[in-house]
Amino acid sequence: MHEDLAREYKGKIPETLLKEFEKQSEDFKLSKADAKKVLEKLEARYLASKINPGEAIGIITAESFGEPSTQMTLRTFHFAGVAEAQISLGLPRLIEIFDARKEIETPLMEIYLKSPYNSNADEKKLEKIIAQIKEINMEEVATSISLNLTKMHVEIRLNKKRMKDLEVSDASVLKQLKISIKTSDFEENGEFIVATPKSKENTLPLLYMLKEKIKEVTVKGTEGIKQVLPVNRNNELVLLATGSNLKKILEIDEVDATRTTTNDIFEIQKVFGIEAARNAIIHEALRVIQDQALEIDIRHIMFIADLMTTTGVIKGITRSGITGEKESVLARASFETPIVHIMNASLIGEVDMLNSVIENVLLNQPVPLGTGLPGLVTKMKKGD
Amino acid sequence: MEKVYKVVEKITFGLLSPKLIKKIAAAKIVTPELYDREGYPVDGGLMDIRLGVIDPGLRCKTCSGKLKECLGHFGYIELARPIIHVIYAKTILNFMLCTCKECGRASLEDAEIEKHVQRLKRYEEQNNADAFRKYTKLVRNLAKANKKCPHCKAKKELVKIEKPTNYVMEEGNKRMFPNEILAWMERIPDNDCYILGCNPEYSRPNWMIQTVLSIPPVTIRPSITLETGERAEDDLTHKLGDIVRINQRLFENLNAGAPEIIVEDLWDLLQYHITTYYDNEITQVPPARHRSGQPLKTLSERIKSKEGRFRHNLAGKRVNFAARTVISPDPRIAFNEVGVPTEIAMELTVPTRVTEWNLEWLKKFIQNGPKAYPGANYVITSDEKKKKISPESQQQIVDELVVGQIVERHLIDGDISIFNRQPSLHRLSIMCHKIRIFPGKSFRLNPAVCAPYNADFDGDEMNLHIPQTEEAQAEAESLMEVQTQIISPKHGLNVIGCVEDAITGLYLLTKEISMPKDEAIQLLISIGVDKPERFRKFKENVSGKEVFSAILPEDFNFVGFSKEYDGKTVGDPEKTAGYVYVKNGKMMNGVIDANTIGEGNGTLLRDIHRTYDTVTAVDLYGRIFRLGNAVLFKRGFTIKTSDADMLPEVETKVRKVVEDALSEVDGFISEYKKGNLKPMPAKTVEATLETQILHKLNKARNEIGKIIQRSSNPTNSTIVMAQCGAKGKVLNLAQMAAIVGQQALRGKRVEKGYRNRTLSLFKENDLSPAARGFIRHSYKKGLNPVEFYFHAMTGRDSLMDTALRTPKSGYLYRRLANALQDMKVEYDFTVRDANQSIVQFSYGDDGMDVSKTDNGTIDVKKIIEGVRGE
Repeated sequence: MHEDLAREYKGKIPETLLKEFEKQSEDFKLSKADAKKVLEKLEARYLASKINPGEAIGIITAESFGEPSTQMTLRTFHFAGVAEAQISLGLPRLIEIFDARKEIETPLMEIYLKSPYNSNADEKKLEKIIAQIKEINMEEVATSISLNLTKMHVEIRLNKKRMKDLEVSDASVLKQLKISIKTSDFEENGEFIVATPKSKENTLPLLYMLKEKIKEVTVKGTEGIKQVLPVNRNNELVLLATGSNLKKILEIDEVDATRTTTNDIFEIQKVFGIEAARNAIIHEALRVIQDQALEIDIRHIMFIADLMTTTGVIKGITRSGITGEKESVLARASFETPIVHIMNASLIGEVDMLNSVIENVLLNQPVPLGTGLPGLVTKMKKGD
Repeated sequence: MEKVYKVVEKITFGLLSPKLIKKIAAAKIVTPELYDREGYPVDGGLMDIRLGVIDPGLRCKTCSGKLKECLGHFGYIELARPIIHVIYAKTILNFMLCTCKECGRASLEDAEIEKHVQRLKRYEEQNNADAFRKYTKLVRNLAKANKKCPHCKAKKELVKIEKPTNYVMEEGNKRMFPNEILAWMERIPDNDCYILGCNPEYSRPNWMIQTVLSIPPVTIRPSITLETGERAEDDLTHKLGDIVRINQRLFENLNAGAPEIIVEDLWDLLQYHITTYYDNEITQVPPARHRSGQPLKTLSERIKSKEGRFRHNLAGKRVNFAARTVISPDPRIAFNEVGVPTEIAMELTVPTRVTEWNLEWLKKFIQNGPKAYPGANYVITSDEKKKKISPESQQQIVDELVVGQIVERHLIDGDISIFNRQPSLHRLSIMCHKIRIFPGKSFRLNPAVCAPYNADFDGDEMNLHIPQTEEAQAEAESLMEVQTQIISPKHGLNVIGCVEDAITGLYLLTKEISMPKDEAIQLLISIGVDKPERFRKFKENVSGKEVFSAILPEDFNFVGFSKEYDGKTVGDPEKTAGYVYVKNGKMMNGVIDANTIGEGNGTLLRDIHRTYDTVTAVDLYGRIFRLGNAVLFKRGFTIKTSDADMLPEVETKVRKVVEDALSEVDGFISEYKKGNLKPMPAKTVEATLETQILHKLNKARNEIGKIIQRSSNPTNSTIVMAQCGAKGKVLNLAQMAAIVGQQALRGKRVEKGYRNRTLSLFKENDLSPAARGFIRHSYKKGLNPVEFYFHAMTGRDSLMDTALRTPKSGYLYRRLANALQDMKVEYDFTVRDANQSIVQFSYGDDGMDVSKTDNGTIDVKKIIEGVRGE
């Protein structure tokens, strides 16, 4: 209702509010005159709610996270529906997100399937899909992987029964081995596969390393996915996977690529780009906050996500991330490892222009924020 | 000290060259002695009075300033042999690897060098230090890769560093002495320096091998006189003493032509002393120690870490005009006031400038003197002299008081103060309060502001600051006063609201209380409501809702929901249960409880805040808080142990629920033991059993909670408090009255402890509830020893969690604050960092200030209702 009126205010009032207005005016069956009045008032309220220029919004955001973080629980493993698929939430997870850690504690994927497959109907098909997703490595299909010291090679005995269950063929195992480990030769030798390193000097440590490498070779499925659990969610079958490999999973035909996600932010960045990574940060941080039943406005989360991704790569809030790349020497020095920063600055004659907060605090000067920001237009005479 | 009215515009960092060290030095230090026999500083010693003075009475020989007038001057010593500067040891190595020992040129072609110079010059002009550094690193790697000097065709010398300060040639493992390296570094031309990462204007590699050492002024290393009259020197002076002594010895040995081995030993010793003088925490070097064995605190340690110069002294400031004492509650004062003891009011003062209009008024303060309240402690005359007011000087000061002088008068009611409780985690931890003077020794504050400060009255102390200039006072009053901070910028909800008794009082008032007309009027007048025209409308018997309405403004309209609201029903606000409806200042329907006036979700309070100006709102809030308390004061309210009594039939009901649950759990366990238990999808059998047991037991407890709530007397005070949200939950009462329930340790039932059992009195692998932390008694009946033990386990677990969490979250906060502190909203509403790079085009995509919103948004519904109501 009153879309035409609302359109007039486009650009003056945020769209979320206009949508809300349209919805509410429908519910209230507003007359045109009333709707006009409401929009006028809404605009006035919006303008009155705008943030003041000079507001130290960074500090406010930091406070909005810092204060409630003291109330968060430290050790929360949340069961994402089922016991085996634990994800870490709470303070450790929040720190993990803000640090922009590459290796996260509990990588987890939510894999949605395309329409006919996402019901419980066809169990056989489901099993097949899961088999495609779940990683099966050599260790699982081999009865033994042993060193033959007299011949200086590694012998792999395959578990034929298990392989049949998992639908893995001998040929495919050999092929995967050859693709994954290029430094050695693989040969089928009757009941076992023989692996001989290609290097001239064949030492014992080398053989051991080869054995360990062989164990990890993925013979089937998607690398990195340790477990797959089908879960019912809103009458839909969703696969929860511990471990994460977004790129490979999205290549599977049955997977609904529009909704499948991971909680690994770096992977999202790699596959979908930085804007998606920003959204992932917001989503993940929000999840922690909601799990802890805290109230933090989304604007604060958005701000941190924006700051972390504004340069096009994900930067953590650490001494090597955002803080470490500040322009001011003194700002960096007053955070951590002051000696190193001052030393490096002295080598190249670095200049600190003193245009952020902490340097001016150090020097007892007004900071360029809030009431310290505006200056006089009139020039003062010297000596005044 | 002389005042300097200048603004620092920029700071350039660089190294001191030997030449500059000599130039800035006021004295050359030649002797390790400090004082002569009379205790007077020796000339040419480390405490030479040309380096500044630390004794009262002496004058600095350089600037003739007295103590505190002279900031101190640097000195220098001439080192007998060159010494490597530890902190730059690695930089020196880099230069050795990138240049030729023979000709000193960087191992790159001339054309290449020129190219790099151009590039770096550009970075320098842009003031882009980061790019500059990264590029020089690249150049260094290029130069390192070159094994032969392209200029003199000599083979490059490969040098290793033997930490911390020794250099060894890889060929022949021959040690390279600092004098050789110094000669090498001196040979490097300026341009080559530049591309390898040293801007020769500010630093050169040969300056990193020291031939002279700068001696810091005595004022940064003052000695302290002990009670015994002995002097204890600063750690730095000790260290410098060692350096000067060894340097002198080395000189003597060199002049005497001592054998090489002795000279080298002394040289190494001097290197050690200078190394530890800069940094006494290098891993490969044994730290220099006091005679007592405690390591010396030398230059690096003075700067580094939390107690270092940066974080302790420069980023953290100390102030005067502050007070700290215990806090206690006073619900009668307004929430933007703070009660200050007279004792404190007489110590803290407000500088007040004398004007024509306040001359007489200020004279009274001076006449009272410093010992009577309200008096004054000092007067600052027009020529900036501070005069202490004493009984002797009092009269003269009063007589001489003229316009333009400043009187430091005692605090009086209504003065501006800044009130703070640590930890100051958010801006609401420091707010501005108006002062009210009270007898006693504690700060008084309204319990309504406990929430933002996170304060309670179990011995908490708080700080009070008095802003000393009109500018500071005005800023505090208009930006920091409590009423400006009602809505938190964290989530857009009110952090200030009714607590405890105020909620209970208003709940009871609007729910069930009615009173005779005279009592109602008395009640209202006692909380400061004086509206005869309203009182006249009262009938003989006044309902609680009418009393509440009497404090509201007549144009106030409000629709909200109480805790009873089921969250679904939409209906006429005047009749539907769960609605709270105020029409034209008259309460028509509902009850007041935590949902309308509580902290965090006080919708009624937020509406008042939005509708009225601050003065009206503060007044109104005060009345609401006081009314709640006054009602409870008049009615009386208490919780008692019998609140947790259960009627016999309730008790049997409860017992039945518990026993049913337990037997069902036993059923699960025996099924499991028989191997008949079916695992839930994607779970082991054990996990399935655990889930089922936990689920069953929690269900039983919730059921009991409901039984208790249904069966207990509506006059039960504990229930009343839980119902209106003043304090506690029904679950707490159920735990007191009926059953404490399952103790969860890390989200599971209690496990292990001993081998396969939780306590030694159980059989191994006992899965029964009793053996896994189920407490079937109530707090009132008392726990048995086993239950008590399990209860203590969970208690300890949560204590540990808190203790481990605090430092972690503290560090996260510090990092966040450091990374974000420069972000600000510009005049064009973009959010930018100190560099003026844009982070967001509009803050939060809509440019709204969270503290001006209603839980992060604008309530369109309310606006429509407002328009409709007109």
